[in-house]
Amino acid sequence: MTTILELDRLSKTFAGGVVAVDDVSLAIGAGEFVTLLGPSGCGKTTLLRMIAGFESPDAGRIVLGGREVTDDPPYRRPVNTVFQDYALFPHMSVAKNVGYGLRIAGAGRDEIRARVADALRMVDLSEKMDSLPGQLSGGQRQRVALARAIIRQPKVLLLDEPLSALDVKLREAMQVELKHLHQKLGITFVLVTHDQKEALVLSDRVVVLERGRIVQCGSPAELYDTPSTPYVADFIGTSNLLPATVSEVTGSDIVAACGPHSLRAPARGRRLVAGDKVLLSVRPERALLLADGMPPSAGANRLTARVTEHLFHGNSLRVGLDIGQAAPFIVDLQLQAALGSLSLPAPGSTVTVLVDPANVTVFPAAGA
Amino acid sequence: MKLAARRRLAVLGVLAPPLLWTLLFMFVPYAIMFAYSFFRKQFPVFIPDFQLGNYLLLLSDPQYYTVLLRTLKIALSVAALSLLLAYPLAYFLAFKLRSPRLRMVLYMAVIVPLWVSYLLRAYTWKTILGSQGVLNSFLVWSGVLAEPTDLLLYNQFSIVLTLTYIFIPFVVMPIYTALEKIPRNLIEASEDLGVTPVETFLRITLPLSVPGILAGVTFAFCLTFGDFVAPTLVGGPSGTMIASVIQSQFGTALNWPLGSALSIVVLVIVLAIISASDRLERTGRLNLG
Repeated sequence: MTTILELDRLSKTFAGGVVAVDDVSLAIGAGEFVTLLGPSGCGKTTLLRMIAGFESPDAGRIVLGGREVTDDPPYRRPVNTVFQDYALFPHMSVAKNVGYGLRIAGAGRDEIRARVADALRMVDLSEKMDSLPGQLSGGQRQRVALARAIIRQPKVLLLDEPLSALDVKLREAMQVELKHLHQKLGITFVLVTHDQKEALVLSDRVVVLERGRIVQCGSPAELYDTPSTPYVADFIGTSNLLPATVSEVTGSDIVAACGPHSLRAPARGRRLVAGDKVLLSVRPERALLLADGMPPSAGANRLTARVTEHLFHGNSLRVGLDIGQAAPFIVDLQLQAALGSLSLPAPGSTVTVLVDPANVTVFPAAGA
Repeated sequence: MKLAARRRLAVLGVLAPPLLWTLLFMFVPYAIMFAYSFFRKQFPVFIPDFQLGNYLLLLSDPQYYTVLLRTLKIALSVAALSLLLAYPLAYFLAFKLRSPRLRMVLYMAVIVPLWVSYLLRAYTWKTILGSQGVLNSFLVWSGVLAEPTDLLLYNQFSIVLTLTYIFIPFVVMPIYTALEKIPRNLIEASEDLGVTPVETFLRITLPLSVPGILAGVTFAFCLTFGDFVAPTLVGGPSGTMIASVIQSQFGTALNWPLGSALSIVVLVIVLAIISASDRLERTGRLNLG
């Protein structure tokens, strides 16, 4: 895969000393769908705006399609942006909005008409050609913004939280459409979002940012299954984080004590010795409750816990458990039958939690 | 009493004072003036009548329609000149100035002259432009002129200059407000689509600020059209404007019917301008969605 966009040691500090982007380097391949993920203030939007040319970095270079564009103004960069609140021109019809860039560039009337029609067909909005943005719904405006951004066939399409203003149903539908659009167009997409689910669903690669720095960069499955830090483990999906102390190291496994509990986990190449403080992470859906009469699988970690609450999610049940730690331990149970037909441990009862060692991730404790 | 009836009574109670005020001090005087415009003058009294003599006189006597045309020309000049000066200033305030504090200070600097007496501000220009004035003294001192010129004062130029100075805050304010309301990301979106800043201004910023331009230009035009202080102070004989003529008809000339007819003509012109600008602005606002 050829690199289309290269960010080379970019840094940006805003007036007042806020470090927005701190020494970020990233290479994005042609046709890739990359997501910049992080909470607000992590620098993801600033990074995107630097690629678009709305902010200039204090240090570093941006190379786009083999050409350095660090000091180029936005109107000379072969990228286009879908803005968070769409930024449609209110005094122009949908067709005028979409054809705006082509029209000013001096394209012929027939060419503009054909390409506008193409772009609108691509986002399934052909019938709204002559409407004004003010007459459209949020989802429709979103589509116009998309059509306007793809009509110039940019090298890279930048998307700044494009779906955050839509309601849940529409957002999920648009996620699918965005993914299909990416496959159809073959353009490189760079998406900024704070929604980890969106990042997992859409991306080929997710870049997790924290305070202006890249914390981890990898495929959605990599990030979910082998997070590099507790921050990533907690930000992507949900994790039970248990502070523990290593009690013994046996081969490639460790055993760590967490209160009265003892858990076995693979060290995954981390050099640990007995007495080290660690943080154990367990995904809620990777733990099981031991049903009555069920033989415990060999080698699984066992924790005795008291059920504190049930949270019904429709397709799953989130069970809150007290295992003697400050934070409750949560277990997600997939419900394959109606809740009423299942016999589940009621709040207050004592249960045994099973966790396969392979499903425990070990992090060195913060500050260690 | 039923709730609806009580509510209606309450609405009436709130609306009655302003309605009464408007009726007594706006509608009634206008009606009287309208009636007077059909009266006949027979020295020393005005005789109630219904005839179009006054209006016909306005149309036939060049003394009146030339002044009317001149007033129109001056009002248009003031509107155009103040737009030319106010737009860049408002644009600078709204877009180029990064510091909100400095923006506030400069905006106040535009507004503050409104707190000074209008008469005083017009009079100031007399002292600047007069033959013994600041400008002449400077030009003679610096050797540009051998002796003071009287070309600066008592003509249409001095009226346009003075009125532009006086009314410019009324043009800056609506344009600034209109520019301020334009979302910045529209400008970013335009540049993102490959459009240069100049073209972006022409295609996005300027069209979206049209409501402000219309409001400002209408202010400047209408205020100038009815002004009689500036022509009195800095106008001279070649700068007589319609309001001064009306004033003299009600004063020294003692011809109220003719003065009323003139007033009605001015009123109709100003109302036509205001409603045209209002209609234009409304179609613009519809476009904004």
